[in-house]
Amino acid sequence: MFLNEEEKYIIDGNMNKGESTCLRILYEIGRAFQAEKMVVVNRAHISLSNQEGDLWFASKIAEEGAKCKVFATVNPAFDLEYFKEFCRFNDQDVKMLEKTKKVYKKLGVVPTYQCTPYLEKNVPKIGEVVSSAASSSSCFMNSVYGARTNRESAQSALCSAITGKTPLYGLLLEKNRKGNIMVNVKAEMKSEYDFQLLGYCLPRRIEYGIPVFTGIEEEPTMECYMNLCTQLNVHGVVPMFHMIGITPEASTIKEAFGGQKPIQEVSVTQKDLDEAKKEISQYSGKIDFVVLGCPHLTIPQIQTIARMLKGEKLKTELWIFTSHLNKELAKRMGLLDIIEEVGGKIVEDSCVDQPLWNHLQGKKGLTESPKCSYYVSRRNMKLIVKSLDDCICAAIKGVTQ
Amino acid sequence: MIGQREYLFNFRKITEGNIIGKVLVTKDKINFYLVNPDNGKIVETGHELENISINDKILIFPGDKGSSVVQLDGLYQMAQKENKPKAFIVKEISTVLVSNAVIMEIPLIVCTDKKFYEIVNNDDFAYINTEDEKLVIKKTGK
Repeated sequence: MFLNEEEKYIIDGNMNKGESTCLRILYEIGRAFQAEKMVVVNRAHISLSNQEGDLWFASKIAEEGAKCKVFATVNPAFDLEYFKEFCRFNDQDVKMLEKTKKVYKKLGVVPTYQCTPYLEKNVPKIGEVVSSAASSSSCFMNSVYGARTNRESAQSALCSAITGKTPLYGLLLEKNRKGNIMVNVKAEMKSEYDFQLLGYCLPRRIEYGIPVFTGIEEEPTMECYMNLCTQLNVHGVVPMFHMIGITPEASTIKEAFGGQKPIQEVSVTQKDLDEAKKEISQYSGKIDFVVLGCPHLTIPQIQTIARMLKGEKLKTELWIFTSHLNKELAKRMGLLDIIEEVGGKIVEDSCVDQPLWNHLQGKKGLTESPKCSYYVSRRNMKLIVKSLDDCICAAIKGVTQ
Repeated sequence: MIGQREYLFNFRKITEGNIIGKVLVTKDKINFYLVNPDNGKIVETGHELENISINDKILIFPGDKGSSVVQLDGLYQMAQKENKPKAFIVKEISTVLVSNAVIMEIPLIVCTDKKFYEIVNNDDFAYINTEDEKLVIKKTGK
């Protein structure tokens, strides 16, 4: 892999050690993928996680003097000030959060604490080379916007933010952005929840690659794209997809596949979606809480919730995760008042997969996100997945059908 | 075959290492966050290796899966508790897997030889030497 004089100079430790460590890691990644050289990036998104491994690596390079050279947004940890009123935290959790925030500040990131950077603050243009971690974000930026990013790890994106470089390989190259798996969608994709189900059930049936969806007639909403990109990367590795006639690099089947034949063809029927739904949502009876917003909910979704809750009373806890900007907008729009009046909570800067749920251990919960259910299972939480509307109905009634 | 029940295979080196150990094989992709760091056992429901420890094993799996950050945390916690795998042999690499292998200093190689996957079984011994580019499987079962 070719390195120019400046890159060699940095790797040899002539600038600071942190930058050298970061460029060396990118160089190793570049060699693994047989990259020709490094290219410049002007923005990055880092999936900060406020976990031990994340903190260990970020601290290591911060101590070595690393500092962001380019604009870099970050994923959420949790809003301690807000949660400490409702949740029990141990000293270790509080210390970890404080350290994480301090270290990332020292590294010079933009503290957005948001998992949907592509909807606000970090929106790339078509063809732009970026470095995005957060698997749903990489997938969204590639597929929906036609920007160019590999499916970066939190650490490789951080290394790119520090150095302003990324190795030229994979999805940064036109030839690798062609689809190779044909996915015939033979189900009616009517709702945001249908896209959750499609994203949930597809990865276990396909090879590694770039799916090309046919049969989706109408332009999905941003929420549908967001759900699809997120769930495709729970049980799978899907850095990009195309939708014929819809996404920017797939105006025709020929363009989407680059004239090549697919290596695999699958159909997703209504029966497949129904079976996925059965697998993740089979429970009826009493529930104690509802957690929504993995990924962070949008303003239209919060509007739907407020509309359903107006004049009702909640029988369960209701936690709604969103961005700082969306919470502020919800406040300005009067949505926050409606939701808080009935006992619901809108939380900013936070991720569901954080140590927030001690007080709910052993209780029964609902979420709208298969990803949320999958990841919090490691925290001994079992969450049933239903549509957002069904979750709100259940929060009002205290039971789910 | 290079000796009695010993087989030599080609591979592509991603990260370096010189390792001998017992192998553990799965057809399922792995998310290293869904592992209990206290005992190295996979906790993902329905995974082929559910409740089986990957500690100290040369792990043979198609590739990783899951989001971009949690896997490093899983591997880091396993390493802290001395329950991490010895090396990875995969069919496909991802940026996440490569960066984790580089950062956590775990030898990672890619083997796409169909014969390798026909021959190798759990508890066989593997010898990986990335310097000499040698991957040897020594059969232990019948």
